Amino acid sequence: MKDWRYWLAEQRGTLLAFGIFIVMFAIYSANHPAGFTANVVQTAANKGVLLAFVAMAQTLVVITAGIDLSVGMIFTLTNCMASWLVIGTGLETAFGVLAVLGTGLLCGAVNGAIVIYGRLQPIVATIATGAVFFGLALLLRPVPGGSVNEDLADFLTGRFFGVVPASLVSLLVIVLVVWVPFSRSEFGRAAYAAGSSETAAYMSGVPIRRGKFLAYTLAGLLAAIGGLFLTFFTYTGEAAYASGNAYTLFSIAAVVLGGVSLFGGKGSAIGAIFGALAFRTIGDLLFVFDFDPLWQPLFQGVILLIAVSLGAFALFRVRNRLEWFL
Amino acid sequence: MDAATPLFRMEGISKRYGGVRALEKADLTVTAGGIHAILGENGAGKSTLIKIMAGVVAPDEGTMTLDGREVSFASPAAANQAGIVCIFQELSLIPELSVADNIVISDPPKRFGMIDRKAQRRIAEEALARAGASDIHPRALVKDLPLSRRQMVEIAKALARKPRILILDEATSALTAADVAKVFEVLKRLRSEGLALLYISHRMNEIAELADHCTVFRNGRNVASYPAGSKSDNEVVELMIGREYSHIFPPKPGPTAAATTVLEARNLSWADRLDNISLSVKAGEVVGLGGLDGQGQRELLLAFFGVLRGLSGEILIDGKPVSIASPTAASHGRIGMALIPEDRKTEGLMLPMTVRENLSFAALDRLSKAGIIDRAAEQRLIDDMVGLLAIKTAGLDIPVGALSGGNQQKVVIAKWLMRQPRIILLNDPTRGIDVGTKQELYQLMRKLADAGAAILFYSTDYDELIGCCDRVLVLYDGAVKRELVGAEITEHALIASALNIHGEGAGPRQGAGA
Repeated sequence: MKDWRYWLAEQRGTLLAFGIFIVMFAIYSANHPAGFTANVVQTAANKGVLLAFVAMAQTLVVITAGIDLSVGMIFTLTNCMASWLVIGTGLETAFGVLAVLGTGLLCGAVNGAIVIYGRLQPIVATIATGAVFFGLALLLRPVPGGSVNEDLADFLTGRFFGVVPASLVSLLVIVLVVWVPFSRSEFGRAAYAAGSSETAAYMSGVPIRRGKFLAYTLAGLLAAIGGLFLTFFTYTGEAAYASGNAYTLFSIAAVVLGGVSLFGGKGSAIGAIFGALAFRTIGDLLFVFDFDPLWQPLFQGVILLIAVSLGAFALFRVRNRLEWFL
Repeated sequence: MDAATPLFRMEGISKRYGGVRALEKADLTVTAGGIHAILGENGAGKSTLIKIMAGVVAPDEGTMTLDGREVSFASPAAANQAGIVCIFQELSLIPELSVADNIVISDPPKRFGMIDRKAQRRIAEEALARAGASDIHPRALVKDLPLSRRQMVEIAKALARKPRILILDEATSALTAADVAKVFEVLKRLRSEGLALLYISHRMNEIAELADHCTVFRNGRNVASYPAGSKSDNEVVELMIGREYSHIFPPKPGPTAAATTVLEARNLSWADRLDNISLSVKAGEVVGLGGLDGQGQRELLLAFFGVLRGLSGEILIDGKPVSIASPTAASHGRIGMALIPEDRKTEGLMLPMTVRENLSFAALDRLSKAGIIDRAAEQRLIDDMVGLLAIKTAGLDIPVGALSGGNQQKVVIAKWLMRQPRIILLNDPTRGIDVGTKQELYQLMRKLADAGAAILFYSTDYDELIGCCDRVLVLYDGAVKRELVGAEITEHALIASALNIHGEGAGPRQGAGA
């Protein structure tokens, strides 16, 4: 077999998510009253990148065969923080951004420490920490409010050269600065190895703990970047419980659509990004076809079910039924 | 061979697991530039020995010296660093990663803090070439490779670490003949390069071809060490025999001619694990499955129990062909089969649930009326079972995980006896339980057989097969190699046929596939 075929096999999940997204977005923009214009793309991008950041965060943890149910709450907490801190002069704003990102890192590190060194199941640990993060968000913003450095916000949510959505460029930069180095580092590989077969990884002398810890920590950072962008879009901070939870659940959906295996060890954040963009487009599609918005959850659910079922076909080839349960 | 300074030495190594003694004051000396074979039957302590060498488990006592300096390994990584690399029987490859990723996994080449993929590719290609497996593409995912290719990757991975001592634990068990020849060339080349190789295999012909030196283990001790070729196969078997007899077995009733055949298999094959197996078990008979661990015994039991898909051949119950599609189908209705699994913790019990719940799981359909469990009937049956098997428990409502290993195993058996099965399959049921409980199980097995059950009993303990079985079928490479009846069941015959040695008239008796 040729090298490119292996590449194709490796990227199948990502390419499939990319394909789904392109098809859906093509249908969407073809039926949009304004057509495929810079404005339409910018609006879609701004809605999509928030979930894309949170989905990237979720990917890192899912790769280690864990799950992070606190990403949505880190997203909410950092949104509330940013609405206090990312304001004022350039220097003050820069400090605020660093503080918000630092908080995200810290939240992720706490999750990682509890899961890895406390040996708690990720699902339980992150439900608990998620509640704590939301509690802190509520203390920061008992009622919605606050503001943000609007120059920075407008710059990062507008368009470069009048056509390229700045939020998409930011997403690309984050992918290059966070995801690419992680996935190609020894610790990134350790995270994959731990997710695929922790015993084999241990027997091979892989730094499992550091790999997993880094994955959880960077997940916190990515969720915080999402929270920062939320503030840029809304100009306010709000401790919204429903929205935080929705982001957590949608991030899992996006990850699955993006070809990342919930069993761990397989998938890429790029796929999850396209999964997130595709998932967002479902809502937009309903809009252009004049469906009642009430249909949205139903449609999202159906699309998700179809996508997940595709992954289950492999089970038909299993010859020892005990392997179903592995 | 330069035998002046041993490269590595183990002295007085002991290891216990719970109350079971795995190694008792074992010694081993390894010299550079030689291939050292380690022999011994199931449970003789070979696996524990190499796990200690490779840093997987820590010894209870004893010392290890490398280059004359005392060493101890806290983890496999520490042993690797000292130059000891082990190719384990259970593969240590990560399925979702590529071949190249796996080969460099413990120390990937780096540039600017990131893994250098070009260098990785080069290392992987070199290592695969050294292992004689250039046909494997470095980008292929390990999970997509067949078992024999994975084993070659495992060897390449070990070589990429530049070991000084390379341990191969049954490393050729899944290889094709062509691969074995290639691997042998590689091993001989490594020997000439000055590596020390430890070779663990049950295949006597391989050992004869490769080894310079042999050490035999028995009951956790090294009992003999000799230059390869200085002893005949039969002498080696004699050395391996000598297990301490500590069990008391119930008397066998002797041959009963009139009984009807209950369970029968004709030409059963599955994937590459079962090869044309035919056998029959009569009512009241205890038939043993012997042979080395992992020769298809477990798969055979799973095949009867409806777990495997894509079986070819026939299974007959009471002389009529049946198709068994699931464990539920196997245990219900007129088939009435029960399987006592080998790993009670994952396949036999729900550890956090109570003794009562665990006991009734398999029989719930018999205990319920219109879907509601008849508590009184359940209690009666459970009381019967607890009495019959003398299960020692502080109560029926404590988690089954709190019982001792022996009592847990009794619960697994009792759970199936609640269905009053006619066919009982046992998969190494006495592993890791105490002697007292073992004896109770032997008595029980005979009692059930006397009551008319047909029993198929796999054990890794030859002593048990001798003591309990009316007939023993010895499996090798997924096929029945020999059938031993009555007085023919001796330790010598069992070991010789398990190693597939044809000596002393040990040729296949009943041609059930070769």
